[in-house]
Amino acid sequence: MLYFENVKKEYPGGFVVLDEINLTIDRGELVSIVGHSGAGKTTLIKMILAEEKPSRGKISFHSSQINKLKGKDLTNFRRKIGVVFQDFRLLSNRTVFENIAFAMEAAGKTDEDIVKDVPHVLDLVDLRTKIYHFPDQLSGGEKQRVAIARALVNRPDIIIADEPTGNLDPVNTYDIIQILKKINDLGTTIILTTHNKGIIDHLKKRVITMEDGRIIKDEKIGKYSI
Amino acid sequence: MSKTSIKTKRVFRSGFLNFIRNKTVSMSSLAILTVTLLIIGIFFFFRGIFDYSLIQIKNKVDIKIYFKLDATDNQINDVLQKMQNLPEVASTSLITSEEALIDFQNKHANDPVTLEALKQIEGNPFAAVLTVIAKDTNSYESISNTLNDASGFLGDDYNSIDKINYFELKPTIDRLNNIIKWVNAAGYWITVVFIIISSLIIFNTIRLSIFIFKEEISVMKLVGASNMYIRGPFLVESSIYALISTILAMILFLPITYWVAQKTIVFFSGLDIFKYYLDNFFSLFVLLLVVSFVLSSISSLLAIRKYLRI
Repeated sequence: MLYFENVKKEYPGGFVVLDEINLTIDRGELVSIVGHSGAGKTTLIKMILAEEKPSRGKISFHSSQINKLKGKDLTNFRRKIGVVFQDFRLLSNRTVFENIAFAMEAAGKTDEDIVKDVPHVLDLVDLRTKIYHFPDQLSGGEKQRVAIARALVNRPDIIIADEPTGNLDPVNTYDIIQILKKINDLGTTIILTTHNKGIIDHLKKRVITMEDGRIIKDEKIGKYSI
Repeated sequence: MSKTSIKTKRVFRSGFLNFIRNKTVSMSSLAILTVTLLIIGIFFFFRGIFDYSLIQIKNKVDIKIYFKLDATDNQINDVLQKMQNLPEVASTSLITSEEALIDFQNKHANDPVTLEALKQIEGNPFAAVLTVIAKDTNSYESISNTLNDASGFLGDDYNSIDKINYFELKPTIDRLNNIIKWVNAAGYWITVVFIIISSLIIFNTIRLSIFIFKEEISVMKLVGASNMYIRGPFLVESSIYALISTILAMILFLPITYWVAQKTIVFFSGLDIFKYYLDNFFSLFVLLLVVSFVLSSISSLLAIRKYLRI
């Protein structure tokens, strides 16, 4: 479903952040990407989202080459991917309902669909009671659940979670990982980056280890070993 | 409801919500925009005062044609007729020798010595005078050239004319023309500088209000919102700023012009700023609305452009 072929990313001045990345991620997988800070995890994620373009090689989603997408095609592609950030990145002046509705509105969904689907997806992340709260009235864990609900609401093919538990306490970390696992069990592909050894060892899923911009290990059922 | 109208409705709703919910940003943007519009409005009033003063000065300039004492009524009326037919002439006024005499007598009604001296002169010593006002101060020279004997415009009637005062006034008229040209050029450049300063103030105000949402714009992009769907609410918001700040500026001008009018009506030789404001209310409102709307919309589009490049 998602393919990296000989991808290299080099910034001006010869600073190489990714090199010789060859990678295939199949539908329904839960893939964790681990590595020290500066290993290239975030750049890899940004390339999937077409925020960054590779200096060499190609990145494909099904049959379309992501790094060549522009304008409407790029917008349509991004609607197939849900993103969860470490710092939540919710729209601060909108309620929980409106934050999730925004993703649906952007995708051109009807008001009826929005009214029906938003409470449903909030049930999934167990946050129905806070539907009309603003982000600053929520805890870190709750904000992250809203971010997951927003990523999930358009039924994306892939959810990318970039350090989703980095700002959370152990209890919320556990809850968020359980939610992501549940979403994966329902068939959605999850790409997760994390520094948390406990999470990786607990998941018992595919682990890609990166170092200095290269993939040094790719195990079907991996463990955190840096 | 079509997809486009649903999107338009959502864009307007988002714009209104942003305006209401970002109170601090909205209030500070409104305050800065209102002050900028007040400055533009003050400039508008300055132009009004200047134009009014210019008209007053222009009306004081004229050409006077002094007829000879023996000029006949026919000759005078001929000259009057010919002057009225000139395209450069705005108006004419004739004081006949009889009127001049009566005017003199009225003026010196309490001066028996002067009146007695007048009686001693047999007949009417006053000649008729024709005052000619041109449409433009630049036209005085061509009018006076037309009146010249060599032009043949007046024909035999030229002999009825004693003197034309243009050549005495020429240096004053030339100086006035130079001043008008200079002030017009200065006014043009001051307008340009004002527009640039106002644009910069409005651009920076809008840019700051959008900068705060830099991160959110990138999130909107990443959840698949189109550029127009992201820009739309910001455009609506800046249009609300433009409308409200224009209304505020117009309301503030009410007491300001009333107060200024009380203090300056004598100084501006009869120009009532408050009346000028009321007479030009609609044009000033449209000017401020168009300036604020165009500048804030362009500023929004420019400010948001760089955050959409992901």
